[in-house]
Amino acid sequence: MSETIEIVAEDRDTYYMNMGPQHPSTHGVLRLVLHLDGETIIDVDPVIGYGHRAHEKMAENRDYLQFLPNTSRVDYLSGMIYNLAYCQAIEKILDIEVPERAEYIRIIAGELNRISSHLLWLGTYLLDLGGITPFLYGFDDREKILDILDRVTGSRLTYSYGRFGGVTMDVDDIFLRQTTEFIEYFKGRIPVFEELVIGNVIFQERTKGVGIFPRDLIQHYALSGPSLRAMGIAADVRKDEPYGIYDRFEFEVPTQQAGDCFARSLIRMEEMRQSLKIIAQALRDIPSGPIMAAKVPKRLRPPAGQYCFSVESARGRYQHYIVSDGSDVPFRHKLTTPSFVNVSTMSKVMAGNMLSDAVAILGSIDIVVPEIDR
Amino acid sequence: MERDLVVILENPWLAIVAAIAGIMGYLTINAMMLIWLERKLSARIQRRLGPTEHGPFGLLQSVADMGKLLSKELLTPDHVHKPLYLAAPVLVFMPVIALCSLFPISPNWVFHDFDVALVLLLAIGSINIVGIFIAGWGSNNKYALLGAVRSVAQNISYEIPLILSVIPIVLLTGSLSLYGIAAAQTSYPFLLVQPLAAIIFIIAATAETNRAPFDIPEAESEIVAGFHTEYSGMRFALFFFAEYSNMIIMCALATVLFLGGWRGPFLPGFAWFFIKVYALIVLMMWFRWTFPRLRFDQLMSFAWIVLVPLAIINLLLTAVVIKLF
Repeated sequence: MSETIEIVAEDRDTYYMNMGPQHPSTHGVLRLVLHLDGETIIDVDPVIGYGHRAHEKMAENRDYLQFLPNTSRVDYLSGMIYNLAYCQAIEKILDIEVPERAEYIRIIAGELNRISSHLLWLGTYLLDLGGITPFLYGFDDREKILDILDRVTGSRLTYSYGRFGGVTMDVDDIFLRQTTEFIEYFKGRIPVFEELVIGNVIFQERTKGVGIFPRDLIQHYALSGPSLRAMGIAADVRKDEPYGIYDRFEFEVPTQQAGDCFARSLIRMEEMRQSLKIIAQALRDIPSGPIMAAKVPKRLRPPAGQYCFSVESARGRYQHYIVSDGSDVPFRHKLTTPSFVNVSTMSKVMAGNMLSDAVAILGSIDIVVPEIDR
Repeated sequence: MERDLVVILENPWLAIVAAIAGIMGYLTINAMMLIWLERKLSARIQRRLGPTEHGPFGLLQSVADMGKLLSKELLTPDHVHKPLYLAAPVLVFMPVIALCSLFPISPNWVFHDFDVALVLLLAIGSINIVGIFIAGWGSNNKYALLGAVRSVAQNISYEIPLILSVIPIVLLTGSLSLYGIAAAQTSYPFLLVQPLAAIIFIIAATAETNRAPFDIPEAESEIVAGFHTEYSGMRFALFFFAEYSNMIIMCALATVLFLGGWRGPFLPGFAWFFIKVYALIVLMMWFRWTFPRLRFDQLMSFAWIVLVPLAIINLLLTAVVIKLF
């Protein structure tokens, strides 16, 4: 029999409780050590690393192209964005010119992926709050996106669609038609979700005023994504440091003032709308032409130096930091992921809330555990 | 045949055995069918098919599940307090059997009618909380204990509005007998004169049976499975049965108090009784699949700040109106 290590509280009025690593609402193998007084949380200690796959170390042991399939597995819910982000980082380092058509395809695929990630968040968040039905509807709509992307890219979740200098496969008229139909369909669905889910009294009771991020966390932890925008700061990498061709599209960065779980939910709903807007513009303007750059060097040898490239993933700022020593294998490849930042703040945000709120807050930052562990 | 039956039932001992066997059989089949109904209904709400494999419309799915649970090893974890752990499922399920005999299913179908059947029902109905608490305590598990503590607090809090919403009916009829209350609703059901009491009753009954949006004692996304975290196999099934059987009790009580019991046109009395009971159960299932869960403190304040004052006001108004007219 294995000995269980128990953490015992110093005083008799409080106790420690493990939430995870196997728990229905930690969205994977995350462990929260909760210090509780009755049902009130005194302190939280997130224990991470259960899903660690050493992606960064793997990057140091293979050349740049071989790391490509790993990228979408870092965050399997917005794999397309992560995959394309790596391609864009390498292209920027090596000055590879990407054809127009490929740029537009990347925008469409990336934004579709963002919507699918937010839809999954909607379903699982309500599942955390005890509402089971929205999960099925969210997944139903997500399935449509997966079908569209599946036809073009060949995979449903962990895409390897991007290549240095373009994308693997060209899109056809059926893809464009399916995407147009999806936009029309999904425009009508967002109000349904807003009315039935976000508008629900119990949902608002559970989320309003819960999990407010203290202001000083913004700089100390470098918050980003919906968590930051819910505090009234219109920061979006797509707007602030446009990558790809995001500077050609008109879209707004939604903000809320409250900074609570409800504000974060509203932000995500609005982001889906803005993504639809971007996709519609991209579909309108997409040119014909090649999808791969004519001349991509066979062996990629970035000049020695440090490179940094960030994109806006569905959860916030996602950053590649590559140190090259001039060989075809990176010396160091650091991935900065938004969920890691979000989970680090948990002890500051959760303290003083109820046990049920822990689940609500954890869900509202849209946590993806493999992305934390990498 | 009918004569033989009467002869058997005239013997009090045989009658008791027959009644218990009948109720047990009914409750078991009822719980299994309700689980099927819940799964089918939730599937329809969620645009799924639900069980389809076993029997027509998947009707035998629950029977298959039952077989699985019966054939499972009865596992007792090492760290539990054994007597309490073993007693809890029985304690949770037992009160339900006693309660089923009290309901007037139709004018001639009453197992046993007391003058104070309503008081007896509410009293025995709260025993299962003891079972739930023992389950949580005996499991020696933090999730289970939290679930049990939540359950006790919730059940005691919601018992008060529940009883307060029943008293106006007693004032109206001057009877504590379920048969008397049902018989008093000759021309109209009490739902029409006591709509507020009926709403409070249904809300409190949903909380009493630990159903969503008040399923906080077993909130699976927070405390895994609450008080029955450590139970498996047939012991777990007993908790499950108790939940569905409690639904039947609460809905039958609501039927008698507010919907006129067996009364209704065309169909025989027992048919109307069961139609009303199952309609209420479907309503409770509908709640579960459309609402998220409340937080514990919100649940408590809802009981004490909203329901209890409303029920008291309703009770006072009823008393004044009865006194005046």
